[in-house]
Amino acid sequence: MKQPELDLKPLLLVPLLALIALPLIGSPSSWLTLTVAGLAMGMIIFVIASGLTLVFGLMDVLNFGHGVFIALGAFVATSVMGAMSDWTQSANVWLNLAAVLPAMLVAMAVAAALGLAFERFIVQPVYGQHLKQILITMGGMIMGEELIKVIWGPQQIPLPLPEGFRGAWVIGDAAIEKYRMFAVVIGLMVFAGLAWLLNRTKVGLLIRAGVQDREMVESLGYRIQRLFVGVFVMGSALAGLGGVLWGMYQQSVVPQMGAQVNVLIFIVIIMGGLGSTLGALIGALLVGLMANYTGFLFPKLALFSNIALMVAVLLWRPQGVYPITNR
Amino acid sequence: MLTLTDVHTHIGAYHILHGVNLTVPRGQLTMLLGRNGAGKTTTLRTIMGLWHASQGRITLDGQDISASHTPDIAQQGVAYVPENMGVFADLTVQENMLLAARQARRAQDLDAQRLAWIYKLFPAVEKFWHHPAGKLSGGQKQMLAVARAIVEPRQLLIVDEPSKGLAPAIIDNMIDAFAQLKASGVTLLLVEQNLSFAQRLGDQVAVMDNGRVVHAGTMQALSDDTDLQHQLLGLAL
Repeated sequence: MKQPELDLKPLLLVPLLALIALPLIGSPSSWLTLTVAGLAMGMIIFVIASGLTLVFGLMDVLNFGHGVFIALGAFVATSVMGAMSDWTQSANVWLNLAAVLPAMLVAMAVAAALGLAFERFIVQPVYGQHLKQILITMGGMIMGEELIKVIWGPQQIPLPLPEGFRGAWVIGDAAIEKYRMFAVVIGLMVFAGLAWLLNRTKVGLLIRAGVQDREMVESLGYRIQRLFVGVFVMGSALAGLGGVLWGMYQQSVVPQMGAQVNVLIFIVIIMGGLGSTLGALIGALLVGLMANYTGFLFPKLALFSNIALMVAVLLWRPQGVYPITNR
Repeated sequence: MLTLTDVHTHIGAYHILHGVNLTVPRGQLTMLLGRNGAGKTTTLRTIMGLWHASQGRITLDGQDISASHTPDIAQQGVAYVPENMGVFADLTVQENMLLAARQARRAQDLDAQRLAWIYKLFPAVEKFWHHPAGKLSGGQKQMLAVARAIVEPRQLLIVDEPSKGLAPAIIDNMIDAFAQLKASGVTLLLVEQNLSFAQRLGDQVAVMDNGRVVHAGTMQALSDDTDLQHQLLGLAL
């Protein structure tokens, strides 16, 4: 399927931001370290946000409970990786991967199962009612956090990086942390998978069409409700995966971690254009870079800088960098 | 083929259709006329299940579809082109067509013979095959919307204001296309404001006012009766 020509301007925002930061940071090696860290953080946020933006776009559902899938994924990873501690503590990277990958898969499966129940019992009764969606999904997230406390306890749990993921590659004076590169690779794989699904399959075509005009998709004979459940479950699973990556990034997990990340996710999907996965990728990379650059230059302004970035982007493109045309 | 019996539709607190009775005979083209706000679009949307009838019965080939969901109605062979055309602007023309062909997974799966027929009816569809639908002109979008509706054989085609906002040359093209569709055996139900368009194509006509069908008969009979035209539509055809 040939795609419509891509608007390249938003893609240039990421290198533009990096170039603007270079003279402000001064040291090229610090800049490189921060840029890789920002891209890694952005990729993790993208993994989390990609499903949510489709849920927003496809069914116009304001799911403020997305964070619970992040936290659940991270906590499941602590259990799975804890049970495989011999492998995570090994210096053999393949043994590390043999522990991390199952942890990711189990986290995704558990988050997907919770997503299925969440959609059925919390989201479905409030379709088309935005205020109720906000309230009930936030309530759902609080319930989820409490359940996590019941199962794993309220305290912070460490999620140490496997031995092979620790440390950094030193290039000149710059240190490129191994785990951050791993996160970038996983993020790129998720993006490639989503791009393939959305652009090369009939299901993807239906999702893209549904994001634009779900009523018309139904008029063509497709049950968009089933599609929505599928997308919701996929989004939950990706949030679970993102939770594992985020937990390992922070090297610890707390039940409230989902709510903490929620702010960044909403900035990302609003900036990207509701329903646009490419927009979510651009938004996530911008947020990741901005958080790292300002964290280094003006630590107290880290969150404010991302909100300011969102405001600037929305002044340029009020519906986000890649707005969905029919919405 | 399609029969509406005493159909009432409420949208929120508003009572829009007040007992619509309408029959669409098989193989014919039925025009639904009426002033703005008469309930024509609501009637089409109620047939498609986009709004559910609060009272009354809608049957398609004798089967009650009043409570059916939109996808089920579409799967029974009913194609619908809404007033805004419902074209997916961010998808290419090809993707729009592929989407409507429920059995096809790839563009290569589309029925080549049928596609050639559609290209003859609507050359713009072939010309702009790989273009984003959002970049098409209003007339080209309307052609795509109708072409998409017939990419697979359908027994009933419902189109809401196909000539709205189109240039005269495009309207002539649409009239030719609908005439050929009718000749191919498709049953059509069109809502129209353009009375000349309606007169040139219609076999049957139903006129709506205040949420009811106030006149039903042949288009020929309405065309021949100037007084009736004035009484129903406020002007002569």
